[in-house]
Amino acid sequence: MHNTASIVDTLTEAEVLRLREDFPILQTEVNGHPLVYLDSGATAQRPLAVLDAERDYLLNLNAAVHRGAHTLAAEATDAFEDARETLARFVGADADEIVWTSNATEAVNLVAYSLSNASAGRGGAEADRLRLAEGDEIVTTEMEHHANLIPWQELAARTGATLRVIPLDDEGALRMEEAARLIGPRTRIVAVTHVSNVLGVVNPIEDVIALAREVGAMVLLDACQSAPHLPLDLHALDVDFAVLSGHKMLGPTGIGALYGRRELLEAMPPFLTGGSMITTVTTTEAAYLPPPQRFEAGTQRVSQAIALAAAVRYLERVGMPRIAAHEAELGSRLVDGLAAIDGVRVLGSGIARPRVGLASFDVAGIHAHDVGQILDDEGIAVRVGHHCAQPLHRRLGITASTRASTYLYTTRDEVDAVIAGVARAIDFFRRR
Amino acid sequence: MSSSDLNGLYQELILDHSRAPYGYGLREPIAAQSHQLNPTCGDEITLQMHRAPDGTIEAVAWEGHGCAISQASASLFAELVEGMPEDEVIRRIDAFREAMRSRGRIEPDPELLGDATALGGVSKYVARVKCAMLAWVAAEDALRKG
Repeated sequence: MHNTASIVDTLTEAEVLRLREDFPILQTEVNGHPLVYLDSGATAQRPLAVLDAERDYLLNLNAAVHRGAHTLAAEATDAFEDARETLARFVGADADEIVWTSNATEAVNLVAYSLSNASAGRGGAEADRLRLAEGDEIVTTEMEHHANLIPWQELAARTGATLRVIPLDDEGALRMEEAARLIGPRTRIVAVTHVSNVLGVVNPIEDVIALAREVGAMVLLDACQSAPHLPLDLHALDVDFAVLSGHKMLGPTGIGALYGRRELLEAMPPFLTGGSMITTVTTTEAAYLPPPQRFEAGTQRVSQAIALAAAVRYLERVGMPRIAAHEAELGSRLVDGLAAIDGVRVLGSGIARPRVGLASFDVAGIHAHDVGQILDDEGIAVRVGHHCAQPLHRRLGITASTRASTYLYTTRDEVDAVIAGVARAIDFFRRR
Repeated sequence: MSSSDLNGLYQELILDHSRAPYGYGLREPIAAQSHQLNPTCGDEITLQMHRAPDGTIEAVAWEGHGCAISQASASLFAELVEGMPEDEVIRRIDAFREAMRSRGRIEPDPELLGDATALGGVSKYVARVKCAMLAWVAAEDALRKG
């Protein structure tokens, strides 16, 4: 999968400029300068096709889904389920393995709380194999986004299981020899990110998955930073769960998804309970629908799901292999350009792995906030802070970094602009 | 914003204070102390208010890490309130907060805030107000705790 970047044509400058016309916000000015948006790792901009799809749905089809029998309700339900199908196809899954959530954070929590509920005896005999107790282990890594760490800390605390953390080397790479040592017969679930939201490095997840398979542990993949930027085939990867974020892949906020292997979802007790996820309800108990509806309690984010499907179709039209090639090129340009500046340390630049178009860096003697302020003055939007990954920053001996992240609409000139901007920021603080 | 605004934000005095901060380094015995954290960026400060026997603030001692604005602000605060009675310190914290929250509408009063008026430019940058306030909030909390 990582090799696609080298054998596929990247996007031409003319193509990128054409794509940019679909994103009106990219034509705006900030602080008197044309916006240079390099914060797509936090949230991507949305093309008109996505905004139009949401509006069209609301103008023509809006109704409550999976309830009511009128024509509009039936059509809305079809559109909602079609969106599920579209996303499933995009990530190499089947539609009934995709559960809509509010965001990726909720998707991780859904799994953690479902396992927790199973551990408390919910879900009957089918859920027995999902129970966690003292002596069981949950494995995650030191580079995770807090959303793929804290839910596991809490699950461990609730069940008595132990949380083990795969450490990083001095560059920030996963120490695979430690992973091999930590993932063992007690391991029940391994939660790992596909692409680090700080380092932009594609992790050797095939190796992590193989280690988990050997001991019969489940694997949850955080695909928030991979699904928007790389071709993704969850069935081929053979993971048990994956979490996705809509707004990082040209879609709206308020929508994410959980992928779950069918037989696991079928065995899992629900997390949120209420309307739309039941078959029979009495005043004392309820029976639940099969997945994915079992995990979709309450009114769903219908227009958001439909807009996310439009985002997926937009990405498919451009082509994920070509987007990946474009961003691999921008990523290298970004890392090389930043690393060449005296006093700049690009985090993870020494890791010999494929990367997406994302780089975080530390400037000696200048805090990330101050670097970001100078860039912002020139209309360049980057992320500053710990990027919800405090343990990773602590491991690398810093508390904050500056992050530039690209997408399909990012030009080489924009990458060059942030590199020049960082050099100017250093000059601004050093010369005075 | 233009670079003249940037020069206003990062005045010479602010950069000087951030490079050679006043009052840096915690002391024994532990005085009224507060630890404050800006969870969005990870900036941290531990600040002590050392009282003289007559109740005035004999010294402010602090340690922390963060951007130039937060470091300079702690330094300027430490310099400003040394030797002041506690109620005067509170008056200054209130005046500073009012100016910081004004989105550039209220110029900090030099009578009350001295060199800390150099931080006036921060109030136009809403995202940075918390950076400037960190030490002052820590001081207020330390005094409240006694």
